[in-house]
Amino acid sequence: MNQPIDKVAVRFELNGELVEREIPARQLLVDFIRDDLGLTATRVGCEQGVCGSCTVMLDGASVRSCLMFAVQADGCVVRTVEGLADGATMHPLQQAFWDNHALQCGFCTSGFLMTALDLIEHQAGTGEKEVRNALSGNLCRCTGYANIVAAVQSALAGK
Amino acid sequence: MKPPNFLYAAPRSLDEALTLAATYGGDAMILAGGQSLVAAMNFRFVAPAVLIDLNRVPELSYIRREGERLHVGAMTRHRALEFSQEGIDAEPLLARVSCEIGPLAIRNRGTIGGSIAHAHPAAEWPLIAVALDAQLTLRSASHSRSIPAREFFVGPFRNAAAAGEILTQITFPAARSNSNFGFCELSRRPSDLPIVAVACRVARNESGDCSAATLAVGGADEVPRHISAVEQILIGTRGEANALREAAEVAAAAVAPRTDIHASANYRRRMVAVMTRRALAQAFGLGGVGA
Repeated sequence: MNQPIDKVAVRFELNGELVEREIPARQLLVDFIRDDLGLTATRVGCEQGVCGSCTVMLDGASVRSCLMFAVQADGCVVRTVEGLADGATMHPLQQAFWDNHALQCGFCTSGFLMTALDLIEHQAGTGEKEVRNALSGNLCRCTGYANIVAAVQSALAGK
Repeated sequence: MKPPNFLYAAPRSLDEALTLAATYGGDAMILAGGQSLVAAMNFRFVAPAVLIDLNRVPELSYIRREGERLHVGAMTRHRALEFSQEGIDAEPLLARVSCEIGPLAIRNRGTIGGSIAHAHPAAEWPLIAVALDAQLTLRSASHSRSIPAREFFVGPFRNAAAAGEILTQITFPAARSNSNFGFCELSRRPSDLPIVAVACRVARNESGDCSAATLAVGGADEVPRHISAVEQILIGTRGEANALREAAEVAAAAVAPRTDIHASANYRRRMVAVMTRRALAQAFGLGGVGA
């Protein structure tokens, strides 16, 4: 039987590269990604699962990385915003945000992108109401959402 | 904030999890989807000495019909219930409710068993379990017992499980073909916890008269309340306006809501009446009556 321990080994694939570390069990996934791995696009907003800024993809589904311990990602495939672009070419979602002026200060943007990525990969509907519902777990304090909704709609429609 | 230090275990089987739960008893907490527990640990509202993570126990994740019962493993995620054809065929209310729980990222990770064990007075799964008279299976290293959901919730965030027991399965009765559900919740945004929610099921005989009804109210009392008096009011009716109004008033009178930052007690009670009327109108197939 696995005895409970406070230092754990974790090994997972992050944006196509293998990550392997020994970490405290209590370390949140978002803190591991930011502080230990230096990938700071994923943001720590509320630390209570409300703002959506820390959203990442875990095994193909969007999750809150502030509501997971890093050790729980062991054996998984994790994607963050850093893995979206192909070299200097932005991901179509990023391009849609650019084209629609869907960001201002940018703090919430990575969370919106990863939530929208889940919608795209699961072929969600493109209607405004549907998109607004799907984005309701991500908070933006600058834009008023209109341009974010338009960007996600246009990316979902493949435009 | 960050969670205080704890000892972490990720058992690979239910037996291993039960042994750990027996060993560490009240010092341990069970980590299911973590969508409430990890937030509470971040706030340091709770600080378990030992955390037993069930996410590597695949045998606790399933949706399986056996005859007139639908068994759902406690680690089944909301998102799985949203799309399970077997679940939809047995009790379509489960899929209907799943898509109301939190935003997508929460549904991807949160579990039905975690939500029920958490026992939030306004959360959807406790309400549905009470409304549909679900049976909950509690396992420990030494025994297994079944308890009706209607006896499981003992207060806000408090349930009837003993230290060392793990909620492993939720069993719903399969919906009968002559029966329809109604579900109505009031929340500020689609992904928020409801302020008040009502779930019901109404069965009707060949001539269209109500032959059985069950209704429960969430968010308006310390635990989700089964309003048993509603059945007697509805039996023999066809959802006439005065019957729905009477049922709504009975439901509103049966709960003891509290005032908090989201709503006053009086507002909650009035909304219980409104949501009850709308949910019943849905179940009777009366689209226009609800508003």
